[in-house]
Amino acid sequence: MASEIDETNRRDFLMIATGAFAAVGGAAALWPMIDQMNPDASALSLASVEVDLSPIEEGQAITVVWRGKPVFIRNRSKQEIDEAMATKVEDLPDPEARNAAISDDAPASDVNRTKKGKENWLVLVGICTHLGCIPKGQRIGDSKGEFGGWFCPCHGSHYDTSGRIRKGPAPRNLDVPPYEFISDSKIKIG
Amino acid sequence: MNRLVGAISAFCSVCFVLAGLWLGSANSPAFAASEAPHTGMQSWTFSGVFGHFDRAQLQRGYKVYQEVCSNCHGMRLLSFRNLGEAGGPEFSEAEVKAIAAGFQVVDGPNRDGEMFERDGKPSDRFVSPFKNDNEARSANNSALPPDLSVIGKARGLHREVPWYLAPFNWLQEIAAGYQEGGADYMFALLTGYAEAPSDFKLAEGMEYNKVFPGHQIAMPPPLSDEAVEYTDGTPQTVTQYARDLSAFFMWAADTKLEQRKQLGFRVMIYLLILTVLLYLAKRKLWSRVKH
Amino acid sequence: MSHESTYKPNSNFEKWMDERLPIIRMSAEISSFPTPRNLNYLWTFGGILTFCLVVQIVTGIILAMHYTPHVDYAFDSVQHIKRNVNFGWLLQGIHMVGGSMFFLAVFVHMFRGLYYGSYKAPREILWILGVVLLLLMMATAFMGYVLPWGQMSFWAATVITNLFSAIPLIGESIVQWLWGGFSVDNPTLNRFYALHFLLPFMIFGVVVLHIWALHVTGNNNPIGIDVKGKQDTLAFHPLYTLKDGFALAVFAILFAWFVFYAPDYLGHPDNYIQANPLQTPPHIVPEWYFLPFYAILRAIPSKLLGVIAMVSSILVLFILPWLDTSRVRSAKFRPLYRIFFWIFVVTCLGLGYLGAKPPEGNYLIFARLFTAYYFIHFLIVIPMLGLIERPKPTPNSISESVLGKSKGGGGQPDAVPAAPENR
Repeated sequence: MASEIDETNRRDFLMIATGAFAAVGGAAALWPMIDQMNPDASALSLASVEVDLSPIEEGQAITVVWRGKPVFIRNRSKQEIDEAMATKVEDLPDPEARNAAISDDAPASDVNRTKKGKENWLVLVGICTHLGCIPKGQRIGDSKGEFGGWFCPCHGSHYDTSGRIRKGPAPRNLDVPPYEFISDSKIKIG
Repeated sequence: MNRLVGAISAFCSVCFVLAGLWLGSANSPAFAASEAPHTGMQSWTFSGVFGHFDRAQLQRGYKVYQEVCSNCHGMRLLSFRNLGEAGGPEFSEAEVKAIAAGFQVVDGPNRDGEMFERDGKPSDRFVSPFKNDNEARSANNSALPPDLSVIGKARGLHREVPWYLAPFNWLQEIAAGYQEGGADYMFALLTGYAEAPSDFKLAEGMEYNKVFPGHQIAMPPPLSDEAVEYTDGTPQTVTQYARDLSAFFMWAADTKLEQRKQLGFRVMIYLLILTVLLYLAKRKLWSRVKH
Repeated sequence: MSHESTYKPNSNFEKWMDERLPIIRMSAEISSFPTPRNLNYLWTFGGILTFCLVVQIVTGIILAMHYTPHVDYAFDSVQHIKRNVNFGWLLQGIHMVGGSMFFLAVFVHMFRGLYYGSYKAPREILWILGVVLLLLMMATAFMGYVLPWGQMSFWAATVITNLFSAIPLIGESIVQWLWGGFSVDNPTLNRFYALHFLLPFMIFGVVVLHIWALHVTGNNNPIGIDVKGKQDTLAFHPLYTLKDGFALAVFAILFAWFVFYAPDYLGHPDNYIQANPLQTPPHIVPEWYFLPFYAILRAIPSKLLGVIAMVSSILVLFILPWLDTSRVRSAKFRPLYRIFFWIFVVTCLGLGYLGAKPPEGNYLIFARLFTAYYFIHFLIVIPMLGLIERPKPTPNSISESVLGKSKGGGGQPDAVPAAPENR
């Protein structure tokens, strides 16, 4: 008897409509359970951080925290800037600028990774693009790698003085986060 | 018999929702404000199924809180950004920034290890008037002014009814979605200050209040006519201040109230349709067997 | 009533699977499980309860991702969930209301069992597992209520753990062991959180046993006589799945109404005041589903005896299958038991009402009367009734009663009188 009922109802419109309607509701109910894992309102509201650059001497670097990630801010020396400028984009493993402020396909020239008129300031997300370690090169005495920028000790990636990958397994240049100068010596990241 | 029960329960659930929609949508006269003392259920824009806050009222309420209450009471669970979020007072982004910037927030430690003060940002929490409970007590005649973040839910007004009416009272409150006891209580309290009856013994430094449990409250009457300036022409009376404040506290305690009720309406419609579909499908299937 | 498996693997894969992990066979068995054809809507609460358990576990795990079990942060973290977490207000609301809905459904389920005699042979183990589930639910609900760390949370934790201090000699040590200190404090909150996370999975395990036991004995049914053969039953799917689904949808409307329009109605405003170990709220009451037991506790003017009475009020359910001497299951054929059943329902509702009232004056008198009847009902009325009651004649079979009803069309079930031995 049961199989008889099964048979005759399989193509029944009412059954299909009910089943479909219930399935749609069930699927909709999943969204809150997924969305709750996204960054919450309090985390989103902390998305920008202001940094005073005035205490950073030439050649020095500081690390600040933005969205829980380290951001490297280096006041580059003349020599470091010149080195970065002199490097040809064709020689780079990753020829793209990776700068949040400009288009994706811009070439990775040094000017595309800094702000005009503020070329001494290099602001980078300090996370190796290989597997997420934090490269060395911020502190005095750190190894800065073969290219004078940063060196990631996890798997040996070398970054230059513009934060571009030069040697090692990392696929991309260090990211330049969105930031702007809100005064001559103050930036807002995010 | 079974069919009957099924039909009845489908019918009942439809009726239940419709009754709730009706009870909840109308600011029915049963809830109308009774003048002095205001101890009954008030009419609020945020009650019922289609309840929503009156933006101007919340903005006024914030002003009163800011100019009067915040001298002694904090609201530590709120952030300035909440004032601009949907479903609240909905101040503009610029207004929220200006409000936040008007406060000095303790931050730090800085590079020298010192805590320092800076202008508030929208992501900062409301600034409490006292560093801790003990400081608050010592500044207020050893009475602690409670934090008001969730005060709208931490207070209630319950009607005392004889036992044989209790089930009807519950059903009515549930069907109406009665959640405004906190606002009703706040309004009653703020308008409930009076001269103590001659035979009432009031302790030193206490005030008489018709609504406060025990009738002795340490908080002096916080509101007086014309104490806070309204720019939108709303009457500057104690009753109006109390009403606006109560609404503001209700929002502060339940910032998602509007989202809740809006999503709830859609869910209800969905469930009603699903119930009817399931009932029809079930009836069709069962019509083929004896049971 | 275990039956021969009718499942035949349809494909080579099903056959391969069947020889290794017969999970397809299992689901086929469940969906074709022979279910009495005369079950009414009170039998849909098993499905509703399963739904409640799943909802509580899913929302509970989500809340655990955002909650902080520490006395300094617990209260604020619950507020953080309600204010900041995406849909946190919804998930927390469902979990909070879900506790009440769970108990509402379990009470209906239990009274169904009491009315139709579902606890009697051969379903004693099924019933006992149900009582175990009730106890686990109560423990889980109690510890969950502590987590928001409001005033009611704190004082509920204090009062309930202090019940153990009534135990002579070792009571005090047990209470300190439960607290992990000399008062309810951070260690208590932390362990309650861990246990509140653990217990639902134990409930889930016992539910599996409960359903297993159900599938061994088969369902009881409104006329309480055994299934005699195929003509008495229907396959569970799709007839009963649809019926259960419909009932679940109706239940979901009530559930959603509370979640969206009255989420705090079943709670107490004082729990929105952060726990304060130095000040007890003037009226402490437990959640509504504990009120009858609370009334029993307070009705007895002795600490130890009150605790014993409260605990016994649940423990007595364990021996109920052996207290009932009647050989007829369903109250449908037991005119006297039916009356006492409704008196018992009123007793429980009355205790629930009185549990929220101060224990003084008339309230106390009635609480004592109801408490007395609660135990008299189980210990005297039920054993006696089986001896003195003359049951009405029961039909010969389920199919006969179903067919007879639709043929006769009258109020009187045209049943053939049967000796009680034949039930």
